[in-house]
Amino acid sequence: MQWEIVIGLETHAQLSTQSKIFSGAATAYGAAPNSQACAVDIALPGVLPVFNRVAAEKAVKFGLAVGARINRRSVFERKNYFYPDLPKGYQITQLELPIVAEGGKLRIQVGDHEKDIRITRAHMEEDAGKSLHEDFHGMTGIDLNRAGTPLVEIVTEPDLRSSAEAVAYAKALHSLVRWIGICDGNMQEGSFRCDANVSVRPKGTETLGTRCEIKNLNSFKFMEKAIDYEVRRQIEILEDGGRIVQETRLYDPDRDETRSMRSKEEANDYRYFPDPDLLPLVIDEAFLDRARASLPELPQAMRERFVSEHGLPVYDAGVLTVARELAAYFEEAVRALGGEAKLVANWLMGDLSAQLNKDGLEIGASPISAVRLAGLLKRIVDGTISGKIAKEVFAAMWAGEGEADAIIEAKGLKQVSDSGAIEKLVDEIIAANSAQVEEYRGGKEKMFGFFVGLAMKASKGKANPAQLNDILKKKLAS
Amino acid sequence: MSLNLADVKRIAYLARIAVEEDEMPGYLQQLSNILDLAEQMQAVDTTGIEPMAHAQDVVLRLRDDVATEPDRHAAFQAVAPQVEADLYLVPKVIE
Amino acid sequence: MFNTSLKKLSGLLAGKEISSVELTQIFLKRIGELNPSLNAFITVDEGKSLAQAKAADAVIAAGKAGPVTGVPIAQKDIFCAKGWRTTCGSKMLHNFIAPYDAHVIEQFNRGGAVNLGKTNMDEFAMGSSNETSYYGKVKNPWDLNAVPGGSSGGSAAAVAARLCPAATGTDTGGSIRQPAACTGITGIKPTYGVVSRYGMIAFASSLDQGGPMARSAEDCALLLNTMAGFDLRDSTSLEREKEDYTRDLNLPLAGLKIGLPREFFAEGLSADVAKAIEEALAEYRKLGAQTVEVSLPNSKLAVPVYYVLAPAEASSNLARFDGVRYGYRAPEYGDLVDMYQKTRAQGFGAEVKRRIMIGSYVLSAGYYDAYYLKAQKLRRLIAQDFTDAFKQCDVIMGPTAPTTAFNLGEKSDDPVSMYLSDIYTIAVNLAGLPGMSVPAGFGANGRPVGLQIIGNYFSEAKMLNVAHQYQQATDWHTRMPQGI
Repeated sequence: MQWEIVIGLETHAQLSTQSKIFSGAATAYGAAPNSQACAVDIALPGVLPVFNRVAAEKAVKFGLAVGARINRRSVFERKNYFYPDLPKGYQITQLELPIVAEGGKLRIQVGDHEKDIRITRAHMEEDAGKSLHEDFHGMTGIDLNRAGTPLVEIVTEPDLRSSAEAVAYAKALHSLVRWIGICDGNMQEGSFRCDANVSVRPKGTETLGTRCEIKNLNSFKFMEKAIDYEVRRQIEILEDGGRIVQETRLYDPDRDETRSMRSKEEANDYRYFPDPDLLPLVIDEAFLDRARASLPELPQAMRERFVSEHGLPVYDAGVLTVARELAAYFEEAVRALGGEAKLVANWLMGDLSAQLNKDGLEIGASPISAVRLAGLLKRIVDGTISGKIAKEVFAAMWAGEGEADAIIEAKGLKQVSDSGAIEKLVDEIIAANSAQVEEYRGGKEKMFGFFVGLAMKASKGKANPAQLNDILKKKLAS
Repeated sequence: MSLNLADVKRIAYLARIAVEEDEMPGYLQQLSNILDLAEQMQAVDTTGIEPMAHAQDVVLRLRDDVATEPDRHAAFQAVAPQVEADLYLVPKVIE
Repeated sequence: MFNTSLKKLSGLLAGKEISSVELTQIFLKRIGELNPSLNAFITVDEGKSLAQAKAADAVIAAGKAGPVTGVPIAQKDIFCAKGWRTTCGSKMLHNFIAPYDAHVIEQFNRGGAVNLGKTNMDEFAMGSSNETSYYGKVKNPWDLNAVPGGSSGGSAAAVAARLCPAATGTDTGGSIRQPAACTGITGIKPTYGVVSRYGMIAFASSLDQGGPMARSAEDCALLLNTMAGFDLRDSTSLEREKEDYTRDLNLPLAGLKIGLPREFFAEGLSADVAKAIEEALAEYRKLGAQTVEVSLPNSKLAVPVYYVLAPAEASSNLARFDGVRYGYRAPEYGDLVDMYQKTRAQGFGAEVKRRIMIGSYVLSAGYYDAYYLKAQKLRRLIAQDFTDAFKQCDVIMGPTAPTTAFNLGEKSDDPVSMYLSDIYTIAVNLAGLPGMSVPAGFGANGRPVGLQIIGNYFSEAKMLNVAHQYQQATDWHTRMPQGI
């Protein structure tokens, strides 16, 4: 039987705020245990939640960025369950009336096809603390620093049809939340984590199969592997005539398998009800206007513009709009250079990316600014140096030796475009390699590269390649 | 009787309250009586009535995003049942 | 000296006719003598109280005294007070030293009042007789066989027995008014949102409201001036101009329209209470007020609605008592679930457990709509009834409770009959309206009767005026229990 894979993702993105969603405790990562858990976070008797404006601003920005309807009145509810990392015995979240309602979409690219993934809703909620399982005489230690950290949970329709699509969506979402500045996207620190609802069904059928939820996928690689494993597991069960049990599963990267989390399965009845300590959150027109005004040009729009305005291939436009800083760098360099977008794109995606990766730097920390890179590329465009020499200049710039022109001057790297000088050099080579010249003239055209190599070597790489080609061809032919 | 013993067990578990077998009949009776009282509500038709969750018809105030709370874990943990290495200790949590 | 109004004590302190330390010692001594038989206080800390008194005397000496500076006030043990054991009447918090002050406590501290101690109460404010306290029953100073009402029974008994000039209470379904009625004192539950709930241990968040309990309306007005106020830390605290609740005390009542809800004078009201209320209403007519009949047709459902909504909120509010971060933890347990279950089974008393279980049930899958949502809809109808009634009158009056204080043990085995003692007070909390109880004579058994005054939203000053004028014309509020 042919199976169709059906996946929906729920993503928890930590909203980047200074203080928690309902308390004035700091949200900084990595603080000493319980040092950022204030009276509200540890749920002392009598304390009450007070809502953080910026959490609403960031959630609304997200809703606007994906084109969703914003609920002008949203309601915080209590999700009741006992767990030691949940100090109040309930989590404050949104259920019936989330801040971001239906209508949102996120475009993904997989291979050469594009697809819009529908976003069902996004709601605000508070994070739980952490259970530390190192051995405390057989007990578990509870750190509540993370308790009360603001999250937005973003839920898709079951629109994803493969692990590759799921990863593409997660990456696009990851890029978007950072782009609009609502989440730092740090997956190691848990600022961005996904749960995947996975099911399979016979191809051509409409009814959804029984799904399993894989929790806490905190890397794209694990997401792909976990979904692939889960799909295989479900298909095997179904093909053996078995049934899928709806349950929560956890991916174990060491064994590359998912396993049932029975602890989460016991008769969950969350008894949601509107939190009487918190009044309805009302988003007025002015609030929406401010949120709208604070949104930058969005990656999708920018991608389309890079294609139409700069004539970039769709692929390049996609790569350059993965992060806002990269796109900004690109545009600044193109502006400084006065065009040549494709050349800039090649350098950004090639040498610059490679160096950044090698040194573990973000584009914002690049030792070569956009304007300086443009200064280098300008010398390629005007023929002062060849692309090959440019790499040498780039390396020197990276090492902090100054601007392109100064390095070219100091190292004498200016390209030789004097045809007399090149002719002289070619004549010498032809004279010194008569056997090879004969071979070439006898039909072995591959030998041409041999002569180019010798000429470049003799000119220390500075011969203008186009001119050299012309002259060589002419002289060898005669 | 609105409830049965299985209901009482389920509710007690949801509420994480240990109820001994010999307490069950008492809870069953008392909780059923309270629910019988609540049954009186069904006498009034509430079709189309907006539920009232709050005593006042006001909207949520929004707090500025400023970290204001100092580290007071020592004072807070002074009243905790069991603490080690600044962590609250609980019986092993199995995931 | 102990039988002196707060207003007068304030004057004596300001005039340096007595020091706060002396006054505090007088009350501490009286508590030492009478509390063993009344059990009105859970915690008394002479050292702390006297230190505050000393500080207050310094403020008075510096000429910076306010109306409550140096006045000893008893605090219901539901308010967290930094450094004080704060138990909420529960074993669950038997060892809980609050690390912070409730807003109400801060307000009193700012005003220079002396915390005279923490008063007994029904466990987590759940009860109408003060018999559910882990720290023992409170006795009614008028009759040691009678309950003082609840849940603010310790505060009520303390004020009635003159163990303190005034006390704080909280009222979720009548917990200020019903004990005030049972003990012959005056108490007011303000409009929901007037007094901050920050630091007041939550029972049912959408209904809980703190308020003063004292000997007279005038003293309540002075206390409310201190207790009320906007607080950023409570999202339901209302941002309003600061009011002087004493401002209208002396206005005449001529032309006042008093609404009498038909439903409050129907079956279930005992004859002696009805008679006392009729006499009080006659007094009001003498003062120039008119009475008109009004109707609160849905108020008959207030008790069932309340016993769905309040337990639902409580079941969630009390989930934090899990033996992890503070409070009681069972001495022996197996795994995590066992620790939770034993801790909560041993730490909570029977009534609290019943309400948590009812609340868990009415919120659970399959029952939410029939119970919780239904109750929220009825809550709106109940509130709407009051809105309609206030189109015809300025205040609503009736009995605070259907009977005078019942006997200790009389209703403790029958929760539902206990619940019905709040039949006239609960609707007020559901609507979020202010309500008060003023002493209005005595029943056949010699126990006090309370007249309930219900006002429109934010009409506390008017209600206090209405009560004060009555107290100028009658002396019920000055009566003091004998033989204790």
